[in-house]
Parts: sequence; structure tokens; C-alpha cells
Amino acid sequence: MTIENLLLSITMAVAAGLVGSFAVMRRMALAADPMSHVALPGIGVALALHINPLIGAVAMLLFGALLVWAMEGKARLGTEALIGVLFSTALALGSLMTSGEELIDALFGGAGVLSWPEIWFGLVASSAVIAFIITQRNRLVVMLVSPDVARTAGIDVRRLDLLYLETFALTIALGLRFLGVLLMGALIIIPAATAKRLARNLTEMLVLAASLAVVATLAGTWLASWFHRETGPFIVIVAAACFLLSFLRR
Amino acid sequence: MLEVDRLSIHFGEVEVFKDLSFHVARRSSLAVIGPNGAGKTVLFQALIGSVPFEGTIRWAPDVRIGYVPQKLDLDRDVPITATDFLRARSTSTRGADAGISHMLELVGISKEASHKSIGLLSGGQFQRLLVAFALLGNPSVLLLDEPTAGVDQPGQKRLNELVGHLEEEKGVSVLFISHDLSVVYRDSTNVLCLGGRHAYVGPPRKILTPDRLSEIYGSTVDYHVHDH
Repeated sequence: MTIENLLLSITMAVAAGLVGSFAVMRRMALAADPMSHVALPGIGVALALHINPLIGAVAMLLFGALLVWAMEGKARLGTEALIGVLFSTALALGSLMTSGEELIDALFGGAGVLSWPEIWFGLVASSAVIAFIITQRNRLVVMLVSPDVARTAGIDVRRLDLLYLETFALTIALGLRFLGVLLMGALIIIPAATAKRLARNLTEMLVLAASLAVVATLAGTWLASWFHRETGPFIVIVAAACFLLSFLRR
Repeated sequence: MLEVDRLSIHFGEVEVFKDLSFHVARRSSLAVIGPNGAGKTVLFQALIGSVPFEGTIRWAPDVRIGYVPQKLDLDRDVPITATDFLRARSTSTRGADAGISHMLELVGISKEASHKSIGLLSGGQFQRLLVAFALLGNPSVLLLDEPTAGVDQPGQKRLNELVGHLEEEKGVSVLFISHDLSVVYRDSTNVLCLGGRHAYVGPPRKILTPDRLSEIYGSTVDYHVHDH
């Protein structure tokens, strides 16, 4: 593995662990999965227009997050229900617009070497995600406990909610060329769910989730090269193994 | 300090209340009473701007609101401690960095409890934590939604004393929702009574009459009046 790929893997994993921590605490763990599907119509459109599929996927994911946010304000439905409806529809559209092979690549991560623009995008976007979660963690905690209390503490709850959803979407987009959007959902949720079982306070939660995501990514990548297979599934298997091991603790 | 004029709230077809008008002066307290479903909590949510409404709600420009909601629905295993939660308040807005441990002591949360997950705190402990959170914002008005529900007797006494102290020493105005009419009678300057044909506002002596209470609650209500 080249040094830039290693650096990219680590920053992406840290971003996934941090975003996942709040997703798990907000009880939107199941959202990662359907949310990842929205990338597909974007990839389809991008391929039809002969532009990099990553651009289509990012645009579509960010738009999807905006849509969920807008509907959260209007409809009296939970975020999860909304994401479920919207993004299964996106999957249906996406599967019409993309070929079987492209679909599998997008969902589970494709083979091939990353281009420099893709590496730069990955590094910049994951650094932005990490910076957002670290600087906004206190506001996110208050909003998570009670949006009403957050409002009286001077927090713009709607804006913060939008920013969080967009950060979440961006993190999934990061996984597209890395381990596939579907498995990226797993890397966001599983280390965070493990950390939630083990951590006693917020700092431990964030540090553990990020560390576990990094461990899973590095160990998974190493195992994959050992077995000459795709990396994505191995990363998720290592993450899941850590989750199961966490049950030994208590 | 607070002017509410012709306030109406409805969720879809369901009207919670209509054309509600009242005002709260500085350094005074308003008790909000009424049966379950009368819209007491919704009124508070409108006052903090979290539900849509018609009419006007006007706060004095220098008002800082501290809001204490009813028991919240939290995961028992959420890894956020009382200290994490209070720390979030003191750094999420500027100028509110009163000592967290002092605040925990003030509301009576032990050191041991302050390191537990907030999901594991009892109803009463969590209620006190919310009060501490509100106080860290150095509020000029407190909105308390049944602050002593689920709190044990010593805890209730402590909270009542704390709020009384804030009212007297710091001139904090208090709006509180309560089902305990004895407390309402004793502690409030004015009472807002929701849930009847009309909403009634006025001093407890005028509002808490047997006829009016039976109109609002639909049955006779007993409470003790401690005349001084």
C-alpha cells in the first residue's frame, strides 16, 4: 500500500468512527444503509454524462441529506422512516440507470487504482468531517439530549442538524471508491456501536470509535492483500469481530 | 418581560388552544396549570420557538431563557455523563463558564452520579441535571416543566429552595408548569389556567376557586392553602 493510500485509509476511518458515534447515539444507525443507496442514481447520471462517478455520487448524497432535512421539518415522521422511503426509491432508480457491474462496484467497492484527484478529495473531505465533529461535539451532545434545551442554549438546531446530515452523507460518499458505499455504512456504524458498548463518557466514545475504525481498516486491508481479495468485506468483518469481542467485556 | 398576544397553536386539524393572551412582569412568577392535554408543555415549546404558532410572543430583548423540559427519552447506555452534558453547556456558548462541580453540588448531584451515563440517572437526578444545565446559562427567566415530577421529597425541597433563592437574590423570573395546586398557591404571583372554555389568568386567590377548578378539571380538586 502506498503512503498516500495509507494516509487516506486512516483519515477516512477516523471520519467514519466520529460521524458514526453521533449516528449511533442519535439512534439513526440503520440510516447509513439506505442512505448509501442514494449514491446510485448519481453514479448512473454521472456515467451517462461521462463524468467521474464520484462527482455524481457526492452531489446526489448531499442532495439526499438536504431532502431528508427539509422533510424532517415538514412531515411528522422520524428521520429513519424518511430515509427508508426516499433512499429505497433511489436504489430502484439507480439500479435502472447503472449496469450490474457498476452497481456492485459502487456498493462493495471497486478494484482499480485511485487517481490523484480522488485521493485529494478523500483527504480534504475526511479532514473536514473530522474537524466538524470535533469542533461541534458539544453542540451535538446538547441537541442529542434535547433539541428544545439546545435551542434555549443558543444553538441553531435546524442548521446544526442539516450540517450533521450533510457530514454523514459526505462520509458515505468517501467510501465509494474505497470500500463501496454499502460497506462504508458498516464502517460508520459498527466501530461506533462497539465503542458505545465500552465507553463510559463522550471522550472515550469518540476516541474508541475512531481507533476501532482505524484498526478494522488497517487489519482488513492487510488480510485482504494476504488472501488476494477485495478489501471492503475484510474491513467490515474485522469491525464486526471487534463488536462481538466487546460482549466479553460486560 | 414577556408579552403573549392572541397566541393560537394547532397541529393539523387539532387545535391546542386559541387566542391566548397574557403577560409576565420581571421578577414575578407564573404558574401554568390545567388537566393533561390542555397544552401546557406546547405553550412552553412555543415560548422557546420550537413549535409553529399564530399570534405574537414578545420577550424583552435582554432575556436569557433557561428551559427545563419534562423527563426525556434517552438510551440507558448512551456514553454521555452528567459532567459531559454540563461541559457542553459551558463551552457551547460564551460567558457561561461557572464551575461545573459547584453547579452539581448546588442541585445536589453526587460526584459518583456525575460520572454515570445520563441514561442511568434516576428521574429526579436527571431533572436536577437539567436545572443545572439551565442555570449554567445564567438565565434571567426559567421555564420549568413540572420540575419536581419524579423527584423525592428532599430533592423537591432543595429544588424549591434553589428556585426561590434565584428569584429573590438574582431577580430571576419563573414560569412553571405544575399539578400541585398547593405549590401553585404558595409560590406563584399569577396563575394561567388552561383547558377550560377560556384560559384564565390572575393571582392564585382569584383563579384557584372551587367553581373554576371544577370547570377546568371536570371534577372537584382538593388542595391545601397555607395562609401566612
